[in-house]
Amino acid sequence: MRGLVIPSLLVILWEAGSRAGLLPPDSTSRPSEIVRAFVQALADGSLLRDTWLTFEAALLGFAIAGVLGILLGAILGLSPRTERTVGPSIEALRPIPAVALIPLALLVFGFGLRMEAAVVAFAAVWPVLLVTVSAVRGVEPRLLELSRSLELSFPAQLRKIILPAAFARIAVGLRLALAISLVVAVTVEIVLNPRGLGHSMISAQQAMRSDLMYAQLLWLGFVGWALNKVAQR
Amino acid sequence: MIAARRVGVSFGDRPVLAEVSFDVAAGQFLCIVGPSGCGKTTLLRALAGLVAPTGGEIVVDGKPVRGPARSRAIVFQDYTKALLPWRTVAGNVALGLEACGVPEPRRGERVQQLLAKMGLAHCAGHYPSQLSGGMQQRVQIARALGQDPQLLLMDEPFGALDAITRQGLQDEVARIAAEQKTTVVFITHDLEEAIYLGDQVIVLASNPGRIAERITVDIPRPRAQLETREDERFLDYRHRLFGLLKH
Repeated sequence: MRGLVIPSLLVILWEAGSRAGLLPPDSTSRPSEIVRAFVQALADGSLLRDTWLTFEAALLGFAIAGVLGILLGAILGLSPRTERTVGPSIEALRPIPAVALIPLALLVFGFGLRMEAAVVAFAAVWPVLLVTVSAVRGVEPRLLELSRSLELSFPAQLRKIILPAAFARIAVGLRLALAISLVVAVTVEIVLNPRGLGHSMISAQQAMRSDLMYAQLLWLGFVGWALNKVAQR
Repeated sequence: MIAARRVGVSFGDRPVLAEVSFDVAAGQFLCIVGPSGCGKTTLLRALAGLVAPTGGEIVVDGKPVRGPARSRAIVFQDYTKALLPWRTVAGNVALGLEACGVPEPRRGERVQQLLAKMGLAHCAGHYPSQLSGGMQQRVQIARALGQDPQLLLMDEPFGALDAITRQGLQDEVARIAAEQKTTVVFITHDLEEAIYLGDQVIVLASNPGRIAERITVDIPRPRAQLETREDERFLDYRHRLFGLLKH
Protein backbone atom coordinates (compact mmCIF):
# COMPACT_ATOMS: atom_id res chain seq x y z
CA MET A 1 0.00 0.00 0.00
CA ARG A 2 2.86 2.40 0.75
CA GLY A 3 3.90 1.97 -2.89
CA LEU A 4 0.71 3.70 -4.00
CA VAL A 5 1.45 6.92 -2.14
CA ILE A 6 3.75 8.46 -4.75
CA PRO A 7 1.63 7.61 -7.83
CA SER A 8 -1.53 8.91 -6.12
CA LEU A 9 0.21 12.10 -5.12
CA LEU A 10 1.53 12.57 -8.65
CA VAL A 11 -1.90 12.07 -10.18
CA ILE A 12 -3.43 14.63 -7.82
CA LEU A 13 -0.66 17.16 -8.49
CA TRP A 14 -0.97 16.52 -12.22
CA GLU A 15 -4.71 17.07 -12.27
CA ALA A 16 -4.41 20.19 -10.11
CA GLY A 17 -1.51 21.59 -12.09
CA SER A 18 -3.31 21.00 -15.34
CA ARG A 19 -6.51 22.68 -14.13
CA ALA A 20 -4.48 25.63 -12.85
CA GLY A 21 -2.95 25.99 -16.29
CA LEU A 22 0.59 25.21 -15.09
CA LEU A 23 1.15 22.30 -17.52
CA PRO A 24 1.25 22.51 -21.34
CA PRO A 25 -2.19 21.26 -22.46
CA ASP A 26 -0.99 19.64 -25.71
CA SER A 27 1.42 17.12 -24.23
CA THR A 28 -0.15 16.53 -20.83
CA SER A 29 -3.78 15.61 -20.73
CA ARG A 30 -5.52 15.68 -17.38
CA PRO A 31 -5.82 12.36 -15.57
CA SER A 32 -9.59 12.75 -15.68
CA GLU A 33 -9.47 13.08 -19.48
CA ILE A 34 -7.17 10.09 -19.72
CA VAL A 35 -9.59 8.00 -17.69
CA ARG A 36 -12.44 9.11 -19.93
CA ALA A 37 -10.46 8.25 -23.08
CA PHE A 38 -9.55 4.89 -21.59
CA VAL A 39 -13.14 4.01 -20.73
CA GLN A 40 -14.24 5.06 -24.19
CA ALA A 41 -11.54 3.05 -25.97
CA LEU A 42 -12.41 0.08 -23.82
CA ALA A 43 -16.14 0.50 -24.50
CA ASP A 44 -15.87 0.78 -28.29
CA GLY A 45 -13.62 -2.28 -28.38
CA SER A 46 -10.74 -0.53 -30.15
CA LEU A 47 -8.36 -0.94 -27.20
CA LEU A 48 -8.92 -4.67 -26.86
CA ARG A 49 -8.81 -5.20 -30.62
CA ASP A 50 -5.47 -3.35 -30.85
CA THR A 51 -4.17 -5.28 -27.86
CA TRP A 52 -5.09 -8.52 -29.57
CA LEU A 53 -3.36 -7.47 -32.80
CA THR A 54 -0.19 -6.59 -30.93
CA PHE A 55 -0.32 -9.79 -28.92
CA GLU A 56 -0.96 -11.84 -32.00
CA ALA A 57 2.25 -10.62 -33.60
CA ALA A 58 4.25 -10.68 -30.37
CA LEU A 59 3.17 -14.23 -29.49
CA LEU A 60 3.62 -15.56 -33.00
CA GLY A 61 7.12 -14.10 -33.13
CA PHE A 62 7.80 -15.40 -29.65
CA ALA A 63 6.63 -18.89 -30.60
CA ILE A 64 8.85 -18.95 -33.68
CA ALA A 65 11.79 -17.68 -31.61
CA GLY A 66 11.09 -20.26 -28.89
CA VAL A 67 10.95 -23.26 -31.20
CA LEU A 68 13.89 -22.17 -33.34
CA GLY A 69 15.98 -21.07 -30.37
CA ILE A 70 15.45 -24.29 -28.43
CA LEU A 71 15.99 -26.58 -31.41
CA LEU A 72 19.05 -24.78 -32.70
CA GLY A 73 20.36 -24.26 -29.17
CA ALA A 74 20.02 -27.96 -28.39
CA ILE A 75 21.88 -28.92 -31.56
CA LEU A 76 24.66 -26.41 -30.94
CA GLY A 77 24.88 -27.34 -27.28
CA LEU A 78 25.18 -31.05 -28.03
CA SER A 79 27.55 -30.87 -30.96
CA PRO A 80 30.69 -28.81 -30.47
CA ARG A 81 31.58 -29.43 -34.11
CA THR A 82 28.37 -27.86 -35.40
CA GLU A 83 28.91 -25.04 -32.93
CA ARG A 84 32.33 -24.35 -34.40
CA THR A 85 30.88 -24.31 -37.93
CA VAL A 86 27.68 -22.35 -37.31
CA GLY A 87 28.77 -20.32 -34.29
CA PRO A 88 30.65 -17.55 -36.15
CA SER A 89 27.73 -16.95 -38.53
CA ILE A 90 25.41 -16.63 -35.57
CA GLU A 91 27.76 -14.26 -33.82
CA ALA A 92 27.78 -12.11 -36.96
CA LEU A 93 23.98 -11.88 -37.07
CA ARG A 94 23.43 -11.28 -33.39
CA PRO A 95 24.65 -7.66 -33.15
CA ILE A 96 22.18 -6.50 -35.84
CA PRO A 97 19.53 -4.47 -34.03
CA ALA A 98 16.19 -6.14 -34.71
CA VAL A 99 14.52 -2.85 -35.63
CA ALA A 100 17.11 -2.36 -38.37
CA LEU A 101 15.51 -5.35 -40.06
CA ILE A 102 12.15 -3.61 -40.37
CA PRO A 103 12.81 -2.31 -43.93
CA LEU A 104 13.98 -5.74 -45.05
CA ALA A 105 11.03 -7.46 -43.42
CA LEU A 106 8.71 -4.99 -45.11
CA LEU A 107 10.29 -5.77 -48.45
CA VAL A 108 9.87 -9.51 -47.97
CA PHE A 109 6.50 -9.71 -46.26
CA GLY A 110 4.78 -6.38 -46.87
CA PHE A 111 2.70 -4.74 -44.12
CA GLY A 112 0.91 -6.95 -41.67
CA LEU A 113 1.23 -9.74 -39.18
CA ARG A 114 3.96 -11.72 -40.87
CA MET A 115 6.54 -8.97 -41.14
CA GLU A 116 5.93 -7.90 -37.55
CA ALA A 117 6.23 -11.46 -36.27
CA ALA A 118 9.42 -11.94 -38.27
CA VAL A 119 11.11 -8.94 -36.68
CA VAL A 120 9.90 -10.02 -33.24
CA ALA A 121 11.23 -13.53 -33.83
CA PHE A 122 14.63 -12.18 -34.84
CA ALA A 123 14.85 -10.09 -31.70
CA ALA A 124 13.56 -12.76 -29.33
CA VAL A 125 15.48 -15.77 -30.63
CA TRP A 126 18.83 -14.74 -29.12
CA PRO A 127 18.13 -15.09 -25.42
CA VAL A 128 16.44 -18.44 -26.05
CA LEU A 129 19.28 -19.68 -28.23
CA LEU A 130 22.10 -18.62 -25.93
CA VAL A 131 20.45 -19.86 -22.77
CA THR A 132 19.56 -23.17 -24.41
CA VAL A 133 23.11 -23.75 -25.60
CA SER A 134 24.52 -23.26 -22.13
CA ALA A 135 21.68 -25.16 -20.45
CA VAL A 136 22.15 -28.14 -22.74
CA ARG A 137 25.88 -28.09 -22.16
CA GLY A 138 25.16 -28.15 -18.45
CA VAL A 139 23.03 -31.29 -18.63
CA GLU A 140 24.53 -34.05 -16.54
CA PRO A 141 26.84 -36.07 -18.87
CA ARG A 142 25.63 -39.28 -17.24
CA LEU A 143 22.15 -38.63 -18.56
CA LEU A 144 23.47 -38.13 -22.08
CA GLU A 145 25.39 -41.41 -21.81
CA LEU A 146 22.26 -43.05 -20.54
CA SER A 147 20.25 -41.80 -23.50
CA ARG A 148 22.96 -43.01 -25.86
CA SER A 149 23.06 -46.43 -24.28
CA LEU A 150 19.27 -46.59 -24.56
CA GLU A 151 19.66 -45.74 -28.26
CA LEU A 152 17.08 -42.96 -28.03
CA SER A 153 16.43 -41.09 -31.27
CA PHE A 154 17.38 -37.43 -31.29
CA PRO A 155 13.79 -36.21 -30.86
CA ALA A 156 13.23 -38.70 -28.03
CA GLN A 157 16.51 -37.67 -26.43
CA LEU A 158 15.42 -34.06 -26.63
CA ARG A 159 11.95 -34.71 -25.27
CA LYS A 160 12.71 -37.22 -22.56
CA ILE A 161 16.14 -36.20 -21.29
CA ILE A 162 17.64 -32.94 -22.47
CA LEU A 163 14.74 -30.51 -22.39
CA PRO A 164 13.40 -31.61 -18.99
CA ALA A 165 16.94 -31.51 -17.58
CA ALA A 166 17.61 -28.06 -19.04
CA PHE A 167 14.09 -26.72 -18.60
CA ALA A 168 14.60 -24.50 -15.57
CA ARG A 169 17.35 -22.57 -17.32
CA ILE A 170 15.64 -22.45 -20.71
CA ALA A 171 12.58 -20.98 -18.99
CA VAL A 172 14.67 -17.96 -18.00
CA GLY A 173 15.54 -17.36 -21.64
CA LEU A 174 11.91 -17.76 -22.68
CA ARG A 175 10.75 -15.24 -20.11
CA LEU A 176 13.28 -12.73 -21.36
CA ALA A 177 12.23 -13.42 -24.95
CA LEU A 178 8.59 -12.85 -24.11
CA ALA A 179 9.30 -9.40 -22.68
CA ILE A 180 11.40 -8.54 -25.74
CA SER A 181 8.62 -9.76 -28.04
CA LEU A 182 6.13 -7.25 -26.73
CA VAL A 183 8.63 -4.40 -26.89
CA VAL A 184 9.61 -5.16 -30.46
CA ALA A 185 6.03 -5.71 -31.64
CA VAL A 186 5.01 -2.29 -30.32
CA THR A 187 8.13 -0.71 -31.81
CA VAL A 188 7.42 -2.12 -35.27
CA GLU A 189 3.86 -0.82 -35.03
CA ILE A 190 4.98 2.63 -34.00
CA VAL A 191 7.57 2.82 -36.73
CA LEU A 192 5.44 1.68 -39.62
CA ASN A 193 3.18 -1.31 -39.32
CA PRO A 194 -0.41 -0.06 -39.42
CA ARG A 195 -1.89 -2.32 -36.77
CA GLY A 196 -2.00 -2.88 -33.02
CA LEU A 197 -1.42 -0.74 -29.96
CA GLY A 198 1.76 0.89 -31.24
CA HIS A 199 0.05 2.13 -34.35
CA SER A 200 -2.94 3.42 -32.37
CA MET A 201 -0.62 5.29 -30.04
CA ILE A 202 1.23 7.03 -32.82
CA SER A 203 -2.09 7.80 -34.52
CA ALA A 204 -3.49 9.28 -31.31
CA GLN A 205 -0.39 11.39 -30.91
CA GLN A 206 -0.63 12.66 -34.49
CA ALA A 207 -4.33 13.44 -34.02
CA MET A 208 -3.41 15.51 -30.95
CA ARG A 209 -5.30 13.03 -28.78
CA SER A 210 -2.74 12.94 -26.01
CA ASP A 211 -5.45 11.78 -23.58
CA LEU A 212 -5.94 8.61 -25.65
CA MET A 213 -2.19 8.20 -26.09
CA TYR A 214 -1.66 8.28 -22.32
CA ALA A 215 -4.50 5.85 -21.81
CA GLN A 216 -2.91 3.44 -24.28
CA LEU A 217 0.52 3.92 -22.75
CA LEU A 218 -0.73 3.10 -19.26
CA TRP A 219 -2.68 0.14 -20.62
CA LEU A 220 0.42 -1.11 -22.39
CA GLY A 221 2.36 -0.87 -19.16
CA PHE A 222 -0.30 -2.88 -17.40
CA VAL A 223 -0.44 -5.48 -20.15
CA GLY A 224 3.33 -5.88 -20.14
CA TRP A 225 3.31 -6.29 -16.39
CA ALA A 226 0.52 -8.87 -16.58
CA LEU A 227 2.33 -10.80 -19.32
CA ASN A 228 5.44 -10.93 -17.19
CA LYS A 229 3.40 -12.16 -14.22
CA VAL A 230 1.90 -14.93 -16.33
CA ALA A 231 5.33 -15.89 -17.66
CA GLN A 232 6.74 -16.21 -14.16
CA ARG A 233 4.42 -19.04 -13.30
CA MET B 1 29.34 -64.06 -25.39
CA ILE B 2 32.08 -61.47 -24.92
CA ALA B 3 35.47 -61.73 -26.54
CA ALA B 4 37.91 -58.93 -25.81
CA ARG B 5 40.98 -59.13 -28.02
CA ARG B 6 44.05 -57.10 -27.08
CA VAL B 7 41.91 -54.12 -26.24
CA GLY B 8 43.78 -50.88 -25.73
CA VAL B 9 42.43 -47.43 -24.93
CA SER B 10 44.49 -44.26 -24.96
CA PHE B 11 43.39 -40.76 -24.10
CA GLY B 12 45.72 -38.64 -26.19
CA ASP B 13 49.20 -39.93 -25.49
CA ARG B 14 48.26 -41.57 -22.24
CA PRO B 15 47.57 -45.29 -22.47
CA VAL B 16 44.80 -46.21 -20.07
CA LEU B 17 44.37 -49.84 -21.05
CA ALA B 18 46.79 -52.06 -22.91
CA GLU B 19 46.48 -55.51 -24.39
CA VAL B 20 43.45 -56.58 -22.40
CA SER B 21 42.06 -59.91 -23.59
CA PHE B 22 39.43 -62.11 -21.99
CA ASP B 23 36.37 -64.18 -22.76
CA VAL B 24 33.09 -64.38 -20.94
CA ALA B 25 30.66 -67.20 -21.62
CA ALA B 26 26.94 -66.50 -21.86
CA GLY B 27 25.34 -66.35 -18.44
CA GLN B 28 28.66 -65.93 -16.70
CA PHE B 29 29.32 -63.38 -13.96
CA LEU B 30 32.64 -61.63 -14.49
CA CYS B 31 34.05 -59.35 -11.82
CA ILE B 32 36.82 -56.93 -12.65
CA VAL B 33 38.70 -55.65 -9.65
CA GLY B 34 41.60 -53.26 -9.43
CA PRO B 35 43.01 -50.26 -7.62
CA SER B 36 41.50 -46.87 -8.44
CA GLY B 37 42.82 -45.39 -11.65
CA CYS B 38 43.63 -48.77 -13.21
CA GLY B 39 41.22 -48.23 -16.06
CA LYS B 40 38.49 -50.62 -14.95
CA THR B 41 35.74 -48.09 -15.55
CA THR B 42 37.22 -47.31 -18.97
CA LEU B 43 37.13 -51.02 -19.77
CA LEU B 44 33.47 -51.17 -18.83
CA ARG B 45 32.72 -48.10 -20.92
CA ALA B 46 34.48 -49.72 -23.85
CA LEU B 47 32.28 -52.80 -23.40
CA ALA B 48 29.26 -50.51 -23.33
CA GLY B 49 30.40 -48.80 -26.50
CA LEU B 50 30.68 -45.39 -24.84
CA VAL B 51 34.45 -45.34 -25.41
CA ALA B 52 36.02 -46.57 -28.64
CA PRO B 53 39.10 -48.75 -28.14
CA THR B 54 42.17 -47.33 -29.82
CA GLY B 55 43.50 -50.85 -30.28
CA GLY B 56 42.15 -54.37 -30.46
CA GLU B 57 38.53 -55.33 -30.68
CA ILE B 58 35.57 -56.21 -28.48
CA VAL B 59 33.10 -58.70 -29.87
CA VAL B 60 29.78 -59.23 -28.13
CA ASP B 61 27.54 -61.99 -29.31
CA GLY B 62 29.46 -62.37 -32.54
CA LYS B 63 29.28 -58.65 -33.43
CA PRO B 64 32.05 -56.13 -32.89
CA VAL B 65 31.06 -53.30 -30.56
CA ARG B 66 30.76 -50.05 -32.52
CA GLY B 67 28.70 -47.96 -30.13
CA PRO B 68 26.16 -48.18 -27.34
CA ALA B 69 23.27 -50.62 -27.69
CA ARG B 70 20.18 -51.33 -25.65
CA SER B 71 21.13 -54.99 -25.40
CA ARG B 72 24.02 -53.91 -23.18
CA ALA B 73 22.53 -52.16 -20.16
CA ILE B 74 24.70 -50.09 -17.84
CA VAL B 75 24.26 -49.44 -14.15
CA PHE B 76 26.34 -46.41 -13.21
CA GLN B 77 28.02 -45.93 -9.89
CA ASP B 78 26.73 -42.41 -9.29
CA TYR B 79 23.04 -43.20 -9.08
CA THR B 80 22.13 -39.62 -8.11
CA LYS B 81 23.32 -38.44 -11.52
CA ALA B 82 22.05 -41.38 -13.55
CA LEU B 83 18.37 -41.14 -12.58
CA LEU B 84 15.96 -38.56 -13.96
CA PRO B 85 15.13 -36.37 -10.96
CA TRP B 86 11.89 -35.12 -12.56
CA ARG B 87 10.49 -38.61 -13.01
CA THR B 88 9.12 -40.85 -10.29
CA VAL B 89 10.60 -44.25 -9.54
CA ALA B 90 8.04 -45.84 -11.83
CA GLY B 91 8.77 -43.22 -14.50
CA ASN B 92 12.49 -43.89 -14.33
CA VAL B 93 11.95 -47.61 -14.71
CA ALA B 94 9.56 -46.95 -17.60
CA LEU B 95 12.30 -45.07 -19.48
CA GLY B 96 14.07 -48.30 -20.37
CA LEU B 97 10.80 -49.77 -21.64
CA GLU B 98 9.98 -46.65 -23.64
CA ALA B 99 13.37 -46.84 -25.30
CA CYS B 100 12.67 -50.46 -26.23
CA GLY B 101 9.35 -49.45 -27.77
CA VAL B 102 7.17 -51.36 -25.30
CA PRO B 103 3.67 -50.04 -26.05
CA GLU B 104 2.03 -47.90 -23.37
CA PRO B 105 -0.68 -50.36 -22.23
CA ARG B 106 1.85 -53.11 -21.53
CA ARG B 107 4.35 -50.79 -19.90
CA GLY B 108 2.49 -50.27 -16.62
CA GLU B 109 2.31 -53.95 -15.87
CA ARG B 110 5.96 -54.51 -16.77
CA VAL B 111 7.01 -51.60 -14.55
CA GLN B 112 5.10 -53.18 -11.67
CA GLN B 113 6.89 -56.48 -12.22
CA LEU B 114 10.30 -54.82 -12.30
CA LEU B 115 9.55 -52.77 -9.19
CA ALA B 116 8.36 -55.86 -7.37
CA LYS B 117 11.46 -57.76 -8.39
CA MET B 118 13.71 -55.03 -6.96
CA GLY B 119 11.62 -54.51 -3.82
CA LEU B 120 10.50 -51.05 -4.90
CA ALA B 121 6.75 -51.62 -5.24
CA HIS B 122 5.94 -49.43 -2.22
CA CYS B 123 7.76 -46.37 -3.55
CA ALA B 124 6.66 -46.34 -7.20
CA GLY B 125 5.33 -42.79 -6.84
CA HIS B 126 8.34 -41.36 -5.01
CA TYR B 127 11.00 -39.25 -6.64
CA PRO B 128 14.61 -40.46 -6.59
CA SER B 129 15.66 -37.68 -4.22
CA GLN B 130 13.23 -39.05 -1.63
CA LEU B 131 14.99 -42.42 -1.55
CA SER B 132 18.10 -43.72 0.17
CA GLY B 133 21.17 -44.51 -1.90
CA GLY B 134 20.48 -48.23 -1.85
CA MET B 135 16.93 -47.71 -3.07
CA GLN B 136 18.09 -45.36 -5.84
CA GLN B 137 20.55 -47.98 -7.00
CA ARG B 138 17.71 -50.50 -7.06
CA VAL B 139 15.81 -48.13 -9.35
CA GLN B 140 18.76 -48.03 -11.73
CA ILE B 141 19.01 -51.82 -11.74
CA ALA B 142 15.27 -52.12 -12.37
CA ARG B 143 15.55 -49.70 -15.29
CA ALA B 144 18.46 -51.68 -16.73
CA LEU B 145 16.53 -54.95 -16.39
CA GLY B 146 13.64 -53.32 -18.24
CA GLN B 147 15.87 -53.18 -21.31
CA ASP B 148 15.93 -56.97 -21.24
CA PRO B 149 19.68 -56.86 -21.67
CA GLN B 150 21.81 -59.75 -22.84
CA LEU B 151 24.66 -58.13 -21.02
CA LEU B 152 24.45 -56.19 -17.78
CA LEU B 153 27.37 -53.84 -17.19
CA MET B 154 27.73 -52.60 -13.62
CA ASP B 155 30.27 -49.93 -12.72
CA GLU B 156 31.05 -50.15 -9.01
CA PRO B 157 27.33 -50.08 -8.38
CA PHE B 158 27.57 -50.54 -4.63
CA GLY B 159 30.75 -48.51 -4.04
CA ALA B 160 28.94 -45.68 -2.30
CA LEU B 161 26.65 -47.80 -0.15
CA ASP B 162 26.99 -48.96 3.43
CA ALA B 163 28.06 -52.53 4.15
CA ILE B 164 24.64 -53.91 5.06
CA THR B 165 22.81 -52.41 2.07
CA ARG B 166 25.65 -53.56 -0.10
CA GLN B 167 25.41 -57.19 0.99
CA GLY B 168 21.67 -57.22 0.46
CA LEU B 169 22.07 -55.87 -3.07
CA GLN B 170 24.90 -58.30 -3.84
CA ASP B 171 22.62 -61.20 -3.10
CA GLU B 172 19.82 -59.72 -5.16
CA VAL B 173 21.99 -59.09 -8.18
CA ALA B 174 23.38 -62.63 -7.92
CA ARG B 175 19.87 -64.05 -7.68
CA ILE B 176 18.53 -62.03 -10.62
CA ALA B 177 21.52 -62.81 -12.81
CA ALA B 178 21.03 -66.51 -12.11
CA GLU B 179 17.27 -66.33 -12.67
CA GLN B 180 17.47 -64.46 -15.96
CA LYS B 181 20.71 -66.10 -17.11
CA THR B 182 22.04 -62.62 -17.86
CA THR B 183 25.73 -62.22 -18.51
CA VAL B 184 27.13 -59.69 -16.06
CA VAL B 185 30.33 -57.67 -16.01
CA PHE B 186 30.73 -56.14 -12.60
CA ILE B 187 33.41 -53.59 -11.74
CA THR B 188 34.45 -53.19 -8.13
CA HIS B 189 37.43 -52.15 -6.05
CA ASP B 190 36.42 -54.60 -3.34
CA LEU B 191 38.20 -57.92 -3.74
CA GLU B 192 35.82 -59.85 -1.49
CA GLU B 193 32.83 -58.53 -3.38
CA ALA B 194 34.46 -59.68 -6.62
CA ILE B 195 35.07 -63.21 -5.36
CA TYR B 196 31.68 -63.43 -3.69
CA LEU B 197 29.81 -62.49 -6.86
CA GLY B 198 32.01 -63.72 -9.68
CA ASP B 199 32.30 -66.90 -11.68
CA GLN B 200 35.46 -65.34 -12.98
CA VAL B 201 37.56 -62.59 -11.43
CA ILE B 202 40.02 -60.47 -13.36
CA VAL B 203 42.48 -58.32 -11.45
CA LEU B 204 43.78 -55.28 -13.28
CA ALA B 205 47.10 -53.59 -12.62
CA SER B 206 47.66 -49.88 -13.27
CA ASN B 207 49.71 -47.76 -15.66
CA PRO B 208 48.60 -48.78 -18.14
CA GLY B 209 45.65 -50.91 -17.10
CA ARG B 210 46.37 -54.54 -17.91
CA ILE B 211 45.36 -57.94 -16.67
CA ALA B 212 47.47 -58.96 -13.70
CA GLU B 213 45.63 -62.16 -12.82
CA ARG B 214 42.55 -64.08 -13.74
CA ILE B 215 40.88 -66.75 -11.65
CA THR B 216 37.85 -68.95 -11.97
CA VAL B 217 35.85 -68.97 -8.77
CA ASP B 218 34.91 -72.52 -8.01
CA ILE B 219 32.40 -71.99 -5.24
CA PRO B 220 28.90 -73.36 -5.86
CA ARG B 221 25.82 -71.14 -6.02
CA PRO B 222 23.70 -69.94 -4.44
CA ARG B 223 26.29 -68.40 -2.21
CA ALA B 224 25.62 -67.04 1.25
CA GLN B 225 27.19 -64.00 2.86
CA LEU B 226 28.39 -65.84 5.95
CA GLU B 227 29.22 -69.34 4.75
CA THR B 228 30.75 -68.39 1.42
CA ARG B 229 33.01 -65.79 2.96
CA GLU B 230 34.26 -68.38 5.47
CA ASP B 231 34.71 -71.04 2.82
CA GLU B 232 38.30 -72.23 2.50
CA ARG B 233 38.32 -71.66 -1.24
CA PHE B 234 37.09 -68.10 -0.74
CA LEU B 235 39.96 -67.42 1.63
CA ASP B 236 42.41 -69.04 -0.79
CA TYR B 237 41.34 -66.79 -3.63
CA ARG B 238 41.50 -63.82 -1.37
CA HIS B 239 45.07 -64.64 -0.34
CA ARG B 240 46.13 -65.18 -3.91
CA LEU B 241 44.73 -61.93 -5.21
CA PHE B 242 45.22 -59.68 -2.22
CA GLY B 243 48.88 -58.95 -2.90
CA LEU B 244 48.10 -57.84 -6.45
CA LEU B 245 45.96 -54.99 -5.25
CA LYS B 246 48.69 -53.44 -3.15
CA HIS B 247 51.00 -50.96 -4.76
